Amino acid sequence: MSQAHDILTSSAAGLVAAMEAGTWSCEQITRTHLDQIEALNPHVNSYLAVDAERALATARSIDARRAGGEKLGPLAGVPIAVKDLLCYAGLPTTAGSRILEGWMPPYDSTVVERLVAADLVILGKTNLDEFAMGSSTETSAYGTSRNPWDLDRVPGGSGGGSSSSVAAFMAPLAIGTDTGGSIRQPASVTGTVGVKPTYGGVSRYGIIAMASSLDQAGPCARTVEDAALLHEVIGGHDPRDSTSIDQPLPDVVAAARHGDVAGMRIGVVTELGGEGYAPGVEQRFTEAVALLREAGAEIVEVSCPHFVHAMAAYYLIMPAEVSSNLARFDAMRYGLRVGDDGENSTEDVMRASRGAGFGAEVKRRIMLGTYALSSGYYDAYYGSAQKVRTLIVRDFEAAFEACDVLISPSTPTTAFKIGERIDDPLAMYKADLCTIPSNLAGNASGSFPIGLAPEDGLPVGLQVMAPPMADDRVYRVGAAIERFLEQQWGRSMMAMAPRLEHSLLDDQGGN
Amino acid sequence: MAQSPTTLSVEEVARLAALARIDLTTEELEHFAPQLEVILDSVASVSEVARADVPPTSHALPLTNVFRADEVRESLPVEAVLANAPASEDDRFRVPRILGED
Repeated sequence: MSQAHDILTSSAAGLVAAMEAGTWSCEQITRTHLDQIEALNPHVNSYLAVDAERALATARSIDARRAGGEKLGPLAGVPIAVKDLLCYAGLPTTAGSRILEGWMPPYDSTVVERLVAADLVILGKTNLDEFAMGSSTETSAYGTSRNPWDLDRVPGGSGGGSSSSVAAFMAPLAIGTDTGGSIRQPASVTGTVGVKPTYGGVSRYGIIAMASSLDQAGPCARTVEDAALLHEVIGGHDPRDSTSIDQPLPDVVAAARHGDVAGMRIGVVTELGGEGYAPGVEQRFTEAVALLREAGAEIVEVSCPHFVHAMAAYYLIMPAEVSSNLARFDAMRYGLRVGDDGENSTEDVMRASRGAGFGAEVKRRIMLGTYALSSGYYDAYYGSAQKVRTLIVRDFEAAFEACDVLISPSTPTTAFKIGERIDDPLAMYKADLCTIPSNLAGNASGSFPIGLAPEDGLPVGLQVMAPPMADDRVYRVGAAIERFLEQQWGRSMMAMAPRLEHSLLDDQGGN
Repeated sequence: MAQSPTTLSVEEVARLAALARIDLTTEELEHFAPQLEVILDSVASVSEVARADVPPTSHALPLTNVFRADEVRESLPVEAVLANAPASEDDRFRVPRILGED
């Protein structure tokens, strides 16, 4: 195996061990990832911006500090990709929208600040559906990202740039954000790990808001331990986010290393399966349930009767918040301005700029939100949706009385073809059927790879949901399933991925 | 309302777009109207599920006011704030005239 292959397929934890042992320098590791990006990004389109110079400078300074005997953090020197929804001074932040093309944030988001403080090496910014609205990256103004398992298919969304960068070995780690499934669904369809922390567990400061009561940033990785290590770096209280939880994070790293489910009560949600679920998704899910049972978990079936209304409630609450949050793009202080000809009024310019700067899905959601909040419809739509949100929270509370965690498939199907759902909003929205309830309730939830669907050979994900602030349970179950499946397969999930043309990997994925 | 299919005319979509301050072409209006109709139809079920005695949830966490000490802190320099402005003049954002003809 070539050195490039070994570096690119290593876990983040493995890279740190290799740097500490002196096997590879941070500069070597960083340069190899930049080379892989240069070779593959034109074909996968994961990155919107690459920060080669700063990344290499950071890498050299980390090497110098390590050589000087300084004790560095558990992810020091590990390259990482950041979703282009998070502000990082010195690189443009576009949110995947024309309206923010070329916008340079004057400050860093808290998540980025913590990555930098923990000595991670930021490689660049990753593609996403415009303002994180979509399940495929097809609504991005900068082209669609591709699924490394099949370049004609979507890498999920909105965080398809982050999921595909990790799955194509262009980064061992990435940051995603999840409002209705944008970390978990992309993880599921790319065979990677993605966790949406408890709402308030990771600061939203400096992240462009979509729906503030639902948005949550979290880790993307190829292993459960790596995801937990990243979670620990970015999580925890931030006084600059008023919804940030002022309590210590649960020990997610210990949970990911422990990975023992013996005696755990695991609930299978009746409502998240059946009609509309691909046979291969159901088959792999059933097998995963059997594995967990064999490992000593007590499996119970749980009904959450209001989950069937979660998507309806979400598609009222989220657009309502979107319509209000995106009012800030008014062409006055930043962003695109068109029609400022000395004749047009502020309002004319505002309307023209928003018409030219926003894409179709963003316009649809803003108008839906405007409708749901308008007088005469408010009670029937937005008011009712907020009540349904209460009923979903109560379903979770009742279920967590009987179980420690709940599980389901992460998304009803494997990766769909590019173009297949783009003009059918409802079909697109169904990709988030399983993930939305956790956002509405604000609990912790993650997606873990559980094999390939026999009918199409594409990755399937297992969703694990835990009560708020019990993020550690998500990792415990994720680590257990990862260990059992790797024992069964004799290799990792990503080692089954096809080798992409132009990739610096020798043959297949990981080890 | 939830029982009968939602109808949304092109004129109504135009009104929504105006409220949302988004210029839409006739083509866009005709494209969006049936799509929004289908979406609204599929979400209308919430009003049948939500009984009067269920309290609304606006947020996943119980929220209380979060205050910080009233202390002067450093803010961004004017140049940094104006660096991304579409137009600026005399250290201020320059905006189009704020009153329309009508």
